[in-house]
Amino acid sequence: MITIQNIFKSFENKQVLSNISTVFEPGKTNLIIGRSGSGKTVLLKSIVGLHDVDEGTIFYDDRNFTQMNEKLRKKLRQEMGMVFQGGALFDSFNVEENVRFPLDMFTNKTAKEKQERVDFCLDRVNIDKAHKLYPAEISGGMKKRVAIARAIVMNPKYLFCDEPNSGLDPETSLVIDELIHELTVDFEMTTVINTHDMNSVMEIGDKILFISEGVTCWEGDKDKILEAENQKLQEFVFANKTYRQQRDDKIDSKN
Amino acid sequence: MKFFFHVGRYFTLLGRAFSRPEKHRIYLRRLFIELEQLGLDSVGIVAIISIFMGGIITLQVAYNMSSPLFPSYLIGLGNRDTLILEFSSTILALIMAGKIGSNITSEIGSMRVTEQIDSLEIMGINSASFLIMPKTLAVVFIFPFLFVLSVFFGLIGGLIVGPAVGAVTAPDYINGIQYMFTSYYVTFSMIKTLFFGFLVATVPAYFGYFVEGGAFEVGAASTRAVVNTNILILVFDLILTQLLF
Repeated sequence: MITIQNIFKSFENKQVLSNISTVFEPGKTNLIIGRSGSGKTVLLKSIVGLHDVDEGTIFYDDRNFTQMNEKLRKKLRQEMGMVFQGGALFDSFNVEENVRFPLDMFTNKTAKEKQERVDFCLDRVNIDKAHKLYPAEISGGMKKRVAIARAIVMNPKYLFCDEPNSGLDPETSLVIDELIHELTVDFEMTTVINTHDMNSVMEIGDKILFISEGVTCWEGDKDKILEAENQKLQEFVFANKTYRQQRDDKIDSKN
Repeated sequence: MKFFFHVGRYFTLLGRAFSRPEKHRIYLRRLFIELEQLGLDSVGIVAIISIFMGGIITLQVAYNMSSPLFPSYLIGLGNRDTLILEFSSTILALIMAGKIGSNITSEIGSMRVTEQIDSLEIMGINSASFLIMPKTLAVVFIFPFLFVLSVFFGLIGGLIVGPAVGAVTAPDYINGIQYMFTSYYVTFSMIKTLFFGFLVATVPAYFGYFVEGGAFEVGAASTRAVVNTNILILVFDLILTQLLF
């Protein structure tokens, strides 16, 4: 479980996050949604410690992350996995080496054990016959799946995904969403996903945090989002024609 | 103020870069890869440049000392001392700042803008140490060897060009390069190459590590890195020459 309390973050006098508090629960896909520039990525990067917050606290279970020194943070980070927007695979490593890298750095497993773990993770994300290819030789969707495999190879307790569907076609997006959701449930991870893709929201949004201009505007789940009263959330959700149609149909049927 | 900001951030980065590695074996493997990419792959360009420069220095010395008062073997001596004292240490370092320095900035800068550095940090890896330490050790280790190779090829260049254009005979040239050899010149230049190697690796690494933006900014950072490294090499050349002579 990740608990964030009263987070504030600014860059050069520009307030980006103001008083954000929420709880992300294990075994659930927790989504942070909002328009581009709303502060989603800054919030995600603040939670994982890539940005230091100005005020507020972040707890990983009962461990206060904001008060940890660099050594303790590094140790805690071995319990985290993160999928970046572009995959962030290491260009000079092939697929297999990318996934094996955290094992090489932090475990004393034998070569055989590492290979078994790498094969298991790549198999889990449906990658086969691409083990020896380099990131430049695989598609965007495959890059995302390899990034997911690398993120789960250390069996993390916390999984973070920054716009996992960006740049992918709708079908591949769905595959990635389902994969992340499955892994979250199977491994009982606390998963936090940053997205502005409404299809993802409606597919896997166990918990949704909507932020606008760095402020929490709404919290709930996918079943409640279409009926939410919040004006800014409605503008965000119903910018999509499909959901606008769904709402109008619902209103028509009531009348 | 901006100057002090960069100096402070540079030394802070060095502090992180030279902290204890997470796993020595992995860093050692990186070191060998960097030795090959940054060092061995530079041997060809060093040889070509040194042969030409050795030939040109020989011609310049010959044409500017064409007097019956000067024995022709001094042409060899002039080429040797120019190569040892300045060309094979300082000028070579300036050239290597362009080749190796831009390579380091663009590699680390690209990793920064594609979030690969963030990815290392999230894994709990000290990205500064993982990326910068092996490169720095490799360049500092390989520079003295490149210096020796450069002197060797520069002398060969003089031996080819001098007799070929009739500026000096081969026996006179060979006599000249052995005449009044001062071994301290080599020690002095070796010390300089260690400093220059450190600058050529760490200054571009600094510019790459803190790049923000996209491909355009990575290109701009590479240019800034090479320019600043060149200036620092010349400043240190001046300081070290004053201190060591």
